[in-house]
Amino acid sequence: MIDALGSVGSLLLVGGTSDIAAATAHRYLAERPLRVVVAARDTPRRAAVAAELAAAGATVQVVDFDADDPASPARMVAEAAAGGDVDVAVVAFGQLGDQQQLAADPDAVAALARVNYVAPAVVGTVLAQHMRAQGHGVIVALSSVAGERPRASNFVYGSTKAGIDAFYSGLGDSLAGTGVSVLVVRPGFVRSKMTEGLDDAPLATTPQAVAEAIVAGVRSGRHTVWVPGAMRVVMSGLRHVPRALFRRLPI
Amino acid sequence: MPEATLDRAATVPLTGWGRTAPTPALLTPVHDDDAVRTALAESTGRGVLARGLARSYGDAAQNAGGHVLDMTTYRGVLAADLTTGLVDVEAGISLDELMTRFVPQGFFVPVTAGTRYVTVGGAIAADIHGKNHHVAGSFSQHVRWLDLLTADGQVHRVSPDSDADLFWATAGGMGLTGVILRAQVQMKPIESSRIVVDTDRTPDLDALMTLLTETDHLYEYSVAWIDCVTKGRRMGRSVLTRGRFARRDELPAKRQADPLAYSSSVKLSVPNVFPPGMLNLATVSAFNELWYRKAPTRKRDQLQSIPAFFHPLDGVGAWNRIYGPRGFVQYQFTVPFGQEEAMREAMVRIASSGTASFLAVLKRFGPGNPGMLSYPSPGWTLALDIPVVRGLATLLDQLDELVLAAGGRIYLAKDSRVRAETFAQMYERIDDFRAVRARVDPDGVFTSDLARRLEL
Repeated sequence: MIDALGSVGSLLLVGGTSDIAAATAHRYLAERPLRVVVAARDTPRRAAVAAELAAAGATVQVVDFDADDPASPARMVAEAAAGGDVDVAVVAFGQLGDQQQLAADPDAVAALARVNYVAPAVVGTVLAQHMRAQGHGVIVALSSVAGERPRASNFVYGSTKAGIDAFYSGLGDSLAGTGVSVLVVRPGFVRSKMTEGLDDAPLATTPQAVAEAIVAGVRSGRHTVWVPGAMRVVMSGLRHVPRALFRRLPI
Repeated sequence: MPEATLDRAATVPLTGWGRTAPTPALLTPVHDDDAVRTALAESTGRGVLARGLARSYGDAAQNAGGHVLDMTTYRGVLAADLTTGLVDVEAGISLDELMTRFVPQGFFVPVTAGTRYVTVGGAIAADIHGKNHHVAGSFSQHVRWLDLLTADGQVHRVSPDSDADLFWATAGGMGLTGVILRAQVQMKPIESSRIVVDTDRTPDLDALMTLLTETDHLYEYSVAWIDCVTKGRRMGRSVLTRGRFARRDELPAKRQADPLAYSSSVKLSVPNVFPPGMLNLATVSAFNELWYRKAPTRKRDQLQSIPAFFHPLDGVGAWNRIYGPRGFVQYQFTVPFGQEEAMREAMVRIASSGTASFLAVLKRFGPGNPGMLSYPSPGWTLALDIPVVRGLATLLDQLDELVLAAGGRIYLAKDSRVRAETFAQMYERIDDFRAVRARVDPDGVFTSDLARRLEL
């Protein structure tokens, strides 16, 4: 249960090897020990994340999750819930994709759409169903400013994030009154393993800053957070920039 | 000031008195034993819980996604023996109603909390204590038997002599052994409805504790209100009020004709409009200063009414709203005699955190009872109301460690945030409690948000 002061008893990381997911768990662990379920594919990276979280004081449970397998979400949530209520679930998996390759490879577009949109939407549906029954819980979904106004340089990725942003925003509204809520997180450029080798965009941020925003957002019951906070103002401006000009912006 | 009750079952968000962490549950009014059995039969995986007047501060009377039974509609008086003071009641009756009915007949409740708006079932489940703990113990010690409906749908009449383990797991067991349906309570004979009160103002905590240690045994009722905002030399300045029920011949002549006259009424109610942050260090400091100055330095044999002496806050309905929409928590802990330093340290940390505590109440406990999760144990107990502010979670976690190291514990009826591991270390009989629960409720049908949070 999330207690009166917003402390969390159990955390499910869907895409548990993502830098933001792991940083979020470590941020919670800095306050109190808690139960953390790491849901990801069985890789050495998953084992390493689990070991680090255990060393930081978490009671860690590892669960298989594969975004390419349609049966995986339901199984994953059932296994995670077997150990007790899920207080907060962070849906943090996704891929950036290579825009150049995507432009020439329809199969790659389909694959990215499956991983970045179809799978998180299925996971959100299963989580919502489960949390509605348990009468409480917070789903944290990683969207992106890239979904706010797609750019030519990464519009396939941006379109999947636009979809997932719409999905989770609507899901949150549909859950009003059930005790369950949804926090949509819209980070800018995050320096992480997903963006390794890319140049920083303006207002670049870190997984730790995103984790901080997630923890604060869950505690205060917010529905949307931007990271950094200034992104909200920037994107609100960019949204109204005429198309001809937007296309020429160096972003 | 009972809550509005529903005519029929409905899914509603529920909180405790602190108005924090609401969760929805199917709330069903109970009028007979069968309503409880029906809820058990319909129960899904999220379980069943009884709820009284919801004066527990935290999540004790919440059950997210499950059934919650509103017991306040099950509140009859079944029998009353006015020679012995034994009354048989349904569990949803409030102490307020018991007083209204029996004070004019010469009987007071054996133990009352700082509010009279608690049910008998709730008083047993939290094993409440009052100003007379040092002489009378807690509420369950005045319960001769109780009828408990357990997970198998059967009603068991348990008492300290018949299935004592189940009785003492239920006393203080926060509703997790079953639903308390009825109880027999030993009321306390009184000659008048007035209390003879002595008031002492003490300049600091040392003076207060010395006074309590030396003279508390001379009084039936005793409690001190402490200023927790003032730092330094005057830290812990306090107003101590102690008393006993007056004999009829101690009343003024005009009152002697009707010595047991009693009325309780809520004079005003707090509107639900207080903005967050209304109670801050400045407003609380000003209040504390005023309240300390207005108390007499030393006053003897003042006659007070029951509401004025026992339930001053009940005079203001819904006073929990003054903390605004973010709500508040109460931190109540006890430390054994000899650990006064730990209590002082806790007060220093709260005072220096800049967290305003509106009310701080100190009391000296007498011996504990066999209740497995019963809170009182010999020593000092301090209770503080604190509005929810940033950084409070960490401060209170640190206080938990301090209390635990001193051999103390926190009170479940007030708790909304202790860690499961910390709680388990504070209550050495927790495994006995779990064993009884495993016997009478192997599937854990009776559960609550508190039970899940603390892995009880």
